[in-house]
Amino acid sequence: MSGGTRMAKGPLDYLGRWPLRLWLGGVLLFLYVPLATLIAFSFNLSKRNIVWRGSTFDWYAKVFADSDLLLAFANSLTIAALSTGISLILGTLTALLLWRFRFPGKALLEGTLALPIVVPEICLGIAFLVFFADILPWPTELPWPLNLGAITIAHVSFSFSFVALVVRARLASFDRSLEDAARDLGAGEWRIFADIIVPHLRPGLIAGALLAFTLSLDDFVITFFTSGPDTTTFPIKVYSMVRFSVTPEVNAASTLLIVVTLALTAAALKLQGSAIAKTAAAG
Amino acid sequence: MTAGVTAGTAARGPFALVAAPPLLWLLAFFLVPLAVIWGYSFGHNTSLVSIDVTGTWANYARALQPLYLGIIVKSFWFAALTTLACLILGFPVAVAITFASDRLKPWLLLAIMLPFWTNLLIRTYALMAVLRTEGYLNWLLAAFWNPLAHLAGGPAFVPLGLLHTDFAVVFGLVYVQLPFMVLPLYAALDRLDRSLLEASLDLGAGQLTTFARVVVPLALPGIVSGIVVTLIPSLGAYLTPDLLGGTSSLMIANVIERQFKSANDWPFGAALSFLLMYLTFAAILAQAMLARRHERRHAHG
Repeated sequence: MSGGTRMAKGPLDYLGRWPLRLWLGGVLLFLYVPLATLIAFSFNLSKRNIVWRGSTFDWYAKVFADSDLLLAFANSLTIAALSTGISLILGTLTALLLWRFRFPGKALLEGTLALPIVVPEICLGIAFLVFFADILPWPTELPWPLNLGAITIAHVSFSFSFVALVVRARLASFDRSLEDAARDLGAGEWRIFADIIVPHLRPGLIAGALLAFTLSLDDFVITFFTSGPDTTTFPIKVYSMVRFSVTPEVNAASTLLIVVTLALTAAALKLQGSAIAKTAAAG
Repeated sequence: MTAGVTAGTAARGPFALVAAPPLLWLLAFFLVPLAVIWGYSFGHNTSLVSIDVTGTWANYARALQPLYLGIIVKSFWFAALTTLACLILGFPVAVAITFASDRLKPWLLLAIMLPFWTNLLIRTYALMAVLRTEGYLNWLLAAFWNPLAHLAGGPAFVPLGLLHTDFAVVFGLVYVQLPFMVLPLYAALDRLDRSLLEASLDLGAGQLTTFARVVVPLALPGIVSGIVVTLIPSLGAYLTPDLLGGTSSLMIANVIERQFKSANDWPFGAALSFLLMYLTFAAILAQAMLARRHERRHAHG
């Protein structure tokens, strides 16, 4: 029963035991088989999406000919880019504020910042619906991309706390003596910020930006309550297609979004890796 | 050391510059929207478009009527079942990752994280194809059943109606929430002092005893935070019950959505969503208290 008889493997080499391997394999299959079949059937000739009839790119051609879908995709990317930019500024400022200053109400602010992370999406969704209906009615006839303002504001509100969290974790490893040295050498607050703090923060900023971008690109529930007929995003558009049927065209559109997300994640991991390597090499 | 100094007179300018944008944003675009629906939850519709905030508790009373209370209780059961299934599925996975070789570990973590980066709607849609009557799960079941039935002379496989059921909702929630459970479990197990496990095994305790009396108590904070981060999003889930559930598998979020998009009873929807928020806060508070007690006990022991 005890691991003593299996010294060759070591008592803590749990991954060497077959039941655990089987379990791990089963869970990974559970996570990946639905997504893999979704991608595979986007190339399927048959419209019925059940049996394999040979491969085709027709569904992708159909996606690229669907101007509504393309507009929704462009909207999603625009909102994600705007929201990431604003969230990055606000999140970094928040992290600096909590790291650098002591002020009354600091604990209260920290508690409030946790709210966007814990409040259920549906509650935020309806709060923004009411807000943009009764308090700050967002004009519908604004030129693109200003018409996306309401959705962008909502996305920033739930994203920037996450950015603040990531940047703050990075700030914790900042060596304060560098700042003192710079000040002794005559650098002002702005120089210290731009030349010393920001370079140190770079991996955190990249991670925070990726997080904000993905949160915005993925969001369905909050956007569902803030988007109008002319401001659909990609998930909202796909939702309206998905609601009643499973079609290869939706598979193709979904696959494109998966590829975009994967590419972004890979790029961020790579950038972050090289930024960390650079910091390590410099230090 | 410098923090206290700079908070003094010298840094008043930068302080305002740093503090103003996030604080104003948080106030205008987060606290105000929440405050407005909090106010509306104490009001009633006077016409289709106007709401009178009268301080009435009628909306909360209505939310606790059997019909809606039943949906709240059902949502809680769905969330609890999901959490339990994630814990059972996820714990061995977290153990496997913890004790994996340094070369394999980042890849396993990435494999668990990757579905989490994939759009929620797409993951839910992928499950629709798995669960529907002509879906892959029924196809798989038929592939096992029919040869056996053929040999034994039993009836051919009748596809099960899996989509649009309560089962589909819990299945979907488990699929979506599993990474949230594995990551905190892994974080807790990874911090564990391995010499304690070795000591327990050396002193004659079996793997199961070691697991129950050493691993679980020490990893308790991670288990509790895994439970909370799985339970909360499951409780407030909207998309999964909407797409995978049937007419009777409504959860709280779906009822809230109806008040705003079709029933047009904003005050009642606002009251429901604040009840959901209070439930969420209660879960977080319970976790914080448990974590503190755990810490204190281990500090004294």
